[in-house]
Amino acid sequence: MNRVLIAEDLYLLRDGLVHLLQAHGFTVVAAVESGPELLKGLLELRPDVSIVDVRLPPTFTDEGLQAALAARKSVPGLPILVLSQHVEQLYARELLADGSGGIGYLLKDRVFNAEQFIDAVRRVAAGGTAMDPEVIAKLLASNARHEPLAALTPREREVLEAMAEGRSNAAISQRLYLSESAVAKHTANIFAKLGLAPSDDDNRRVLAVLAYLNSRG
Amino acid sequence: MYLSAVTGPPSLSQTEGMLLRRLGQVTALLALLVIEVPMILVSFVMLVMSVAMGMVFLFPPQVRMIRWLAELNRRLLRAWTGMPIEAPYLPKPPPPVPGPDGMYRADRTLYRTPRVPAWNDRWKWLLTDPATWRDGLWLLLDPLVKGALLPLFVLAPELGLRLYALYSNLLLGATAASRLASQVSHLKRTRNLATDSQAAEMRRIERDLHDGTQARLVAIGMTLGAIEELVDKDPAAAKALVSKARDASSDTLAELRRVIRGIHPPVLAERGLGDAVRALAMDSPMQVTVDVDLPHRPEAPVEAAAYFAVSELLSNAARHGDARTAAVDISSNGSDLRITVTDDGMGGADPAKGSGLSGIERRLAAFDGVLALHSPPGGPTTVTMNLPRALPEYWLADLDKLPRRKAIMVGILWATAWCPTFPQGFVPAIFKIIGFDEKSWFLALHLPEVWQWPTIIGMIAVGLIMHTMAIRIPATHNRERWMAEATPSKPWCL
Repeated sequence: MNRVLIAEDLYLLRDGLVHLLQAHGFTVVAAVESGPELLKGLLELRPDVSIVDVRLPPTFTDEGLQAALAARKSVPGLPILVLSQHVEQLYARELLADGSGGIGYLLKDRVFNAEQFIDAVRRVAAGGTAMDPEVIAKLLASNARHEPLAALTPREREVLEAMAEGRSNAAISQRLYLSESAVAKHTANIFAKLGLAPSDDDNRRVLAVLAYLNSRG
Repeated sequence: MYLSAVTGPPSLSQTEGMLLRRLGQVTALLALLVIEVPMILVSFVMLVMSVAMGMVFLFPPQVRMIRWLAELNRRLLRAWTGMPIEAPYLPKPPPPVPGPDGMYRADRTLYRTPRVPAWNDRWKWLLTDPATWRDGLWLLLDPLVKGALLPLFVLAPELGLRLYALYSNLLLGATAASRLASQVSHLKRTRNLATDSQAAEMRRIERDLHDGTQARLVAIGMTLGAIEELVDKDPAAAKALVSKARDASSDTLAELRRVIRGIHPPVLAERGLGDAVRALAMDSPMQVTVDVDLPHRPEAPVEAAAYFAVSELLSNAARHGDARTAAVDISSNGSDLRITVTDDGMGGADPAKGSGLSGIERRLAAFDGVLALHSPPGGPTTVTMNLPRALPEYWLADLDKLPRRKAIMVGILWATAWCPTFPQGFVPAIFKIIGFDEKSWFLALHLPEVWQWPTIIGMIAVGLIMHTMAIRIPATHNRERWMAEATPSKPWCL
C-alpha cells in the first residue's frame, strides 16, 4: 500500500516530495519529470498511489492531467493524486467523470501542511477521494441557487463541504468539533434533502455527493 | 394582351422613361457648369492671392470650396452610374496636444492656445495632399471634357455618363497613396489603443504585485526574522510564528494565483479558448451554456482578447444585469472569429456608462474587432463580437480553390509540359549524344544539323518553364489574392 510514483518537473518540489513521502514510510518507486515518462510509469509500475503535477514537459500544458486520465482509462480506479498551482472545476469534473474512486485533486500549497497532505495521499491510495476545499467551494457556489442545496442549514453545508473533500465521518467530527453520531445525523439529513440513497461506505458516499454536484450547474 | 405586356421586353414607355431620366441627369451635369466656371475663376484669383500676395488665409476656403463640388460630383455619379468613386483625401490631422507645460508646439514655436498650431496643421494637410491638386485639375478640365462629350451626352446619354464617370474616377477617385495613407492612420490609431490598453494592464498588474504579493512577502520575511530571534529563547512562541508564516505564504500564493489569472488564465494556456470559457461558465453564478465551434486553436493574443471579453461580459451580466442564465457561442466564419454572448438580465446596458464595455472595445480594436450591443430595457442583452481575419488563413476551406480560369490553365500545363521536356527535349538530346540514328517524331532531329541543338535546348527550356508555371500558379495564388485586396487597383495615377 505504499509504493508511490511522483511526477513533477520542478527539481526542488520533486525532491521535497520524495523526502516527505519517504519520511512517512512510503517507497518512491519512480520520480519522473515529463508526460510520456509518467504514462509509461503509471502503466508499467502500477504504483499504489501517484502524485502528479498537471503541467509537465514537453508541452507544459495539461500533460500530467491527460496522462492521469489516459492511465485511469486503461486501469480503472488507479489511485492518482493530481497537484496543481490552480484548481479548476473543469479538471475536477474530468477526473471524477469515470465515477471510480482513488482520485485526488489538490492545490500545491496543500503540501505545506505535511500531516493533512499525507492523510490525503493515504486516502487516495485506499480508493477514497481528496478534493481541494477550493474546488468544493466553487462547486457549491455554482450550485448555490438551486433549491435542495439552498435548503441546507449552515451546519449541514459545512458537513457537506468536508464530505465532498473526501473526509470520513471521524475526520469531519474532528474538524467541526462534533460527535461522530451528530455527523452521521447531519449526513443522513443531507442525503435525504438531496434525494440521494444513503450509504455506509465513505468512498461511495463521497462519489455520490460529487456526482450530484457535478450533474448540475 | 395584358399578360404579354408584363412578361414581354420592356415596353417603349419604360425605355423612354430611362432615356428621359438619363437626359435629365446629363442636363444636370451640364447645368453644374454654371457653378463650375465662376468657381474656376474665383479659385484662380484666391490661389494667386494666397501664393503671390501672402494672403494664405484664402487657401483653405478655396480648397474646401473645390472639395465640396468634387464631393457633389462623386455623389451624383455614384447614384447615377453605380461606379463607386471613393474620396481620396488624406485623413484630417489630429487636434494639437498640449505639452507637459500646457503650451502648444508648432515646429520651434510655443503657443498658448491651440489655434495657430491647428491652423498650421490644417494648412499643411491641405497643401501636401495630392488630392487637392487633382481636384483642381479636375475642375479646370471639367468644362473641356463636358464640351467634348456633348455629342455623346445628347445622342447616347447612357454611354456619355459612363465615360464621364470613368474620367471623374480617374481624377477624383482614391489612389494607392491615399488608400495606404488612410490605412496607415487607421493602424496608427488601433496601435495606440492597443498599447494604451496594454500599458493600463501593466500598471494594474504592477499595482497588484506591489500592494499584494510584495507586501505579503515582506511580512513573511519579518516573521521569519522574529522566529530566528525567538527560536532559542522561546521555542513555543517561535513555533506559533512558524505556522503564521506558513499561512501567510499560502495567502501570498492565493493572491499570486489571482494576479496570474488576470494576466493569462492557466486554463487558457493549457486548454485553449473553448475549455477556458467552459471553465469560466462553471465558475459563474449563472447557468451558462457554452457552444464552441472552432476547428483549431486561434493564436494566443486572439484567444486572450476573446477570453477576457467573454469573462467581462459574463461578470457584467451577473453583476449589473442580474441575469440567471447566459449563453456563449464561439464560432468561425471563414477567417473571422465570431462570439455571441446572450443573457436574460434586465438589459439597458450602455457602453457610455463605463460598464467595462469600452475596455472590451479597446482590447478588440487591436484586432480590428468590433462589438455590437443590443440591450433593450428589460432584456435580453445580446453582445456580438466579430474579429475579422483573426484566425489563421489556412482555416479558410476554400482558399486553395483556384478560380476556374487558373485551374484550367494549371491542368493544361500539367497535361502538356512533359511533351517538350522529354520526347522533344531530353530524348533527342540523348539520341544525339549516343549517336542513335532514329528520328521518329522528334522535331529537332528532322531539322538541319545547325538547328538541332538550339531546338533541343529551347524545347527543354519551354518544358521547364511550363512545369515551373504549373507549380507556381497554385503556390502563389493566396498571395496574389491578398495582394489584389491590399493594393489599390490604379497604381498609374498618383
